[in-house]
Amino acid sequence: MDIQSLTYLFVGTSFALYIGIAIRSRAGSTADFYVAGGGVSPLANGMATAADWMSAASFISMAGIISFIGRDGSVYLMGWTGGYVLLALLLAPYLRKFGKYTVPDFVGDRYYSDAARLVAVICVIFISFTYVAGQMRGVGIVFSRFLEVDINAGVAIGMAIVFFYAVLGGMKGITYTQVAQYCVLIFAFMVPAIFISLNMTGNPIPQFGFGSTLTTAPDTFLLDRLDQLSTELGFAAYTSGQKSTIDVFCITAALMVGTAGLPHVIVRFFTVPRVRDARLSAGYALVFIAILYTTAPAVASFVRVNVIETINEASYEAVPGWFKRWEDSGLIAWHDKNGDGRIQYRAGDALVGVKPQFLPERGAAGQRLLSNKPSANSNEIYIDRDIMVLANPEIARLPNWVIALVAAGGLAAALSTAAGLLLVISTAIAHDLLKKVLMPDITDRQELLYARIAAAVAIGIAGLFGIYPPAFVAQVVAFAFGLAAASFFPVIFMGIFYRRMNREGAIAGMLSGLLFTFAYIVYFKFINPAANSADHWWLGISPEGIGTLGMLVNFTTALAVCHVTAPPPASIFELVDNVRIPRGAGAAYHHHLES
Amino acid sequence: MNQPREQQRDYWRSNLRLLCGLLSIWFLCSFGLGILWVDWLDQYRLFGFKLGFWFAQQGAIYVFVVLIFVYIFAANRLDHRHGVNEDEDHYVEDENYYGADGD
Repeated sequence: MDIQSLTYLFVGTSFALYIGIAIRSRAGSTADFYVAGGGVSPLANGMATAADWMSAASFISMAGIISFIGRDGSVYLMGWTGGYVLLALLLAPYLRKFGKYTVPDFVGDRYYSDAARLVAVICVIFISFTYVAGQMRGVGIVFSRFLEVDINAGVAIGMAIVFFYAVLGGMKGITYTQVAQYCVLIFAFMVPAIFISLNMTGNPIPQFGFGSTLTTAPDTFLLDRLDQLSTELGFAAYTSGQKSTIDVFCITAALMVGTAGLPHVIVRFFTVPRVRDARLSAGYALVFIAILYTTAPAVASFVRVNVIETINEASYEAVPGWFKRWEDSGLIAWHDKNGDGRIQYRAGDALVGVKPQFLPERGAAGQRLLSNKPSANSNEIYIDRDIMVLANPEIARLPNWVIALVAAGGLAAALSTAAGLLLVISTAIAHDLLKKVLMPDITDRQELLYARIAAAVAIGIAGLFGIYPPAFVAQVVAFAFGLAAASFFPVIFMGIFYRRMNREGAIAGMLSGLLFTFAYIVYFKFINPAANSADHWWLGISPEGIGTLGMLVNFTTALAVCHVTAPPPASIFELVDNVRIPRGAGAAYHHHLES
Repeated sequence: MNQPREQQRDYWRSNLRLLCGLLSIWFLCSFGLGILWVDWLDQYRLFGFKLGFWFAQQGAIYVFVVLIFVYIFAANRLDHRHGVNEDEDHYVEDENYYGADGD
């Protein structure tokens, strides 16, 4: 079968599976809808958390980014896994003992304040929408490239699927579809990685493969070969770092703390029965995540060697089919600067204005012509980083079914994360905003209806983001992590580990951390993007890493304000003491209601 | 909640000690070996990897996984030793378990 029918087959089968699961696990109550009734097993929750967490960015973009920036890519690898240690040790067990549905619930109750709850609700909604916009776009890209449908039609199909299981099943439906989606995405990521590792190094385990010698040159280690190729073409050595140490430090810290503070990840730990299940599911989640995260850097170096060896100095007529197909999609461009009909791949941007602007005509060799002026360097090629994982199996000449599998995996990654985020948004609106603040008298049944309506509206808005992507989507990703690091992590951490922390301190801390981080990112990304370079950054910290300072601002302000204002009431000391010990996790909610 | 205060305080203190120990290892292996000392470590090799590069892209992640499982084991043991484990808690598989209708 050809690639396209295989892709239809795989994607169709996986979608049928998700819908089947959704029909079997409909939500009957708000507890079902928000936290799957609190009865998910730690293993299933670990898988669901992994799928929830690993988005289109992890599956499609991360290995591509690493293959272009080399060792500095470790900020994502360590940042997005190390956060789980913080989550497992400092947050998850205590939040599970607290036993409510959402992060704003904890903030509002612990700090006995609806103002604090509102600040938390706004953060949740902002962070989640930022994140979901990218997911829907990822769905559209996979559809348009592999199934050759319009991007907008692809987004619409994705919306319909998510609508079906998120609105019907709530957290219960999402949990079990995420388990299936994890299996699909990890299989789709590992199969090509294992194939390529075997081809290039003879070692079937990619994690070891990229530290092995090449099958074509048994005396040369793959990474040494890659360093040599990179320096020959004018790039920095792959295994050396380019970013300053302080920036790498701050970006890693911001991503770690931000991960631990992301509401759609935290909420997953409310779905297990006991405190020790919360600990265990954090462990399982990290194992499942680590499988992909330790493979991604291997894939990154394999694909980098392959790309350089395949296209550099190749004549355009002789390049493999994937090159021309991605050129047709506009994600690869070639400008024959020296007119020799061969592709020269060197360091630097090939085009002025970076992104290619295509003309309708074709050049002498059949390449798409560009309206961009060529830049001064000798690099002739533009490659979008996002295509590396998707094109990887084609570049390595793997069988068609592997290529089709990657499409199904990319969709699973994007849909599972989108569903988790949409649920968090609908919970924040129906539970935290309507039930807790605006309409406290509504019944459980009405609240469930509002939650479903909120989920449906959120899906609609997310779809619009996918169809009309705001130009700032790429720039705002730094927001989600920076803001989570500067707001939620400190406020939850102090809520558990510092009994004396009061309402005034928490609100002041959240606001100061948020404003500081927000202002810094907005200044460098929107107001004065020309100044966005290491020379102008404060202490040499990029907007991506500023969340680390934002977190420190939050902590400092909160502690200072807390010490000049009244301590929290006695019932709060009792609440904190209760949250700190595991015994009685099942009774925690009722206990708190009575107190 | 009938635990004597003193015993609860002991439990919390041991818990904090455990967390400090594990988080120091967490910090050393990621921020230390993977970032601050990465260039110095690169003079050593582990098969085809420079050691600093390996910690930054592989080793730190393995350490994270091990740390969480050490924590799970140690924390469960701590709960038992201080009598705050959940073995006597009865998990009720019930729609209204969360007080959904009790609000």
